[in-house]
Amino acid sequence: MSEQESDANEPVEMLRMPVELDYTYSAGTSASRFLRAFAEGKLLGQRCPVDGKVYIPTRGSCPQHGVPIDGEPVEVADKGTLVTYSIVRVPSENIPLELPYVAIQVVLDGADTAMHHVLSECELEDVHMGMRLQAKWKPREEWETSVGNILYFIPIDEPDAPYDSYKEHI
Amino acid sequence: MAELTGVVGIGQTKYAAKRAELSMPGLLREAALRALEDAGLTWNDIDAVVIGKAPDMFEGVMMPELFLNDAVGGAYKPMLRVHTAGSVGGSTAVVAASLVQSGVHDRVLTVAYEKQSESNATWALSISMPFSVATIAGAGGYFAPLVRGYIRRSGAPDDTGIRVAVKDREHALKNPLAHLQLEDISFEMVANSPMLWDPIRYLETCPSSDGACAMIFANEELARQAPNPVAWVHATEMRSEPTMFSGRDQVMPQATLDNAASLYKKAGIQNPREEIDCAEIYVPFSWFEPMWMEGMLFAPTNEGWKMTYEGATKLGGELPVNCSGGVLSSNPIGASGMIRFAESALQVRGMAGEHQVDGAKKALGHAYGGGSQYFSTWIVSSEKP
Repeated sequence: MSEQESDANEPVEMLRMPVELDYTYSAGTSASRFLRAFAEGKLLGQRCPVDGKVYIPTRGSCPQHGVPIDGEPVEVADKGTLVTYSIVRVPSENIPLELPYVAIQVVLDGADTAMHHVLSECELEDVHMGMRLQAKWKPREEWETSVGNILYFIPIDEPDAPYDSYKEHI
Repeated sequence: MAELTGVVGIGQTKYAAKRAELSMPGLLREAALRALEDAGLTWNDIDAVVIGKAPDMFEGVMMPELFLNDAVGGAYKPMLRVHTAGSVGGSTAVVAASLVQSGVHDRVLTVAYEKQSESNATWALSISMPFSVATIAGAGGYFAPLVRGYIRRSGAPDDTGIRVAVKDREHALKNPLAHLQLEDISFEMVANSPMLWDPIRYLETCPSSDGACAMIFANEELARQAPNPVAWVHATEMRSEPTMFSGRDQVMPQATLDNAASLYKKAGIQNPREEIDCAEIYVPFSWFEPMWMEGMLFAPTNEGWKMTYEGATKLGGELPVNCSGGVLSSNPIGASGMIRFAESALQVRGMAGEHQVDGAKKALGHAYGGGSQYFSTWIVSSEKP
């Protein structure tokens, strides 16, 4: 078996050894409330007690001030303003989206933090900062306690938000 | 009063897409041996070892310092591992230097590395979270919207990024260790390369590299015995901030401005643009050169792009930036920050070879990481402070 002999003399340079990581996520009080509201088609944020800014989603504390965010939830709209974006043409195994897709940061009306999402039903050359967007939800019977209930955002027929109104979010 | 500390040895591997002939420990050892040779020292002369690398998820090897320490002479010696995402090479150097500055150790070896050929960084940086939708494909996916934000606020011409990409690849042709050696690099070549994460084109991004970088620090007394010129550490600084909070300036984070102001104060620098002879800045996507020219206070707000445009950042310009070719030409992620620090030290030691800045006396090394949230920097000089 000459072929095997030559293989035996080849150095082994690389072995493919996949690792897997499954983990259980403890959502905690804030994220649980946020996710349960999602199952009812509602978007719930909470105010930072220091500066009153509305965070969505909340994760139980303010990253800037290091204080608990445990006040009453604040409902925010499922429409908002596109703050900045990228048209992505690079595949990633973890992202089940067809290329190209428009990755956006959107500030929902009533919120003070930008959310990462996707823009669809829009020609690529028409995408621009400041455009007004609306969430496109899954059919109601498919709603779960998951952010996946919003499929993507779509443009709506409203005038662009002025740059000064959203520039602090970039 | 802190001990005066100097860089007495520097070692870098050849950077390449795949150093298949070397294991991970072999990669570190190649850099460390070259640093020892530069310093005229042996393993026995080293008191402690500090290892840095980017997230363990990249290669899927958790706590790699445990099996790498003996390869860099660390057995039975104090060993530390540092991690601050992409800025880790810089913060590792800062930690290693501080062990000498504090008088805890007399001579410290530090090594940082990444073996991207055994890694999938885009996968590791595109992790799903239960409270948000996964849309960010790798580092480019994260930074492209910030680059768009910078272009909007500064009014920088669209081709600024292309000019940086060409400049750094031209510099890389003068650095035999650089990974990318693009002999026919041109404006058209970059402009016509595919748009990956609009507005970032393929040739405006860094490559994926294997490589390691090592440095040896010594206190003033031991540094005097070094066979080669010494780079004296005038100041180091680090800052961090959260990835996300309401009103966060993602383009020009407070942490970079605070870091720069504090670094210059410590180093006694009043006018960085005049007093610093050259800089190695962490620029993984070309637009981050103008952004960090502002972030390091070399240019007024929204005017960093003018330095690129005027040619100030070219070798031979007013403030040459990334004469080594920078991260855009070699990117072993965990080492990339340390390479910036090491290259700045090589410049003031007069040992940068063909990419040497004539007469460089004072240089800046810079690294950033995470979501533009970790910053590490230093000032080194051929002269004692």
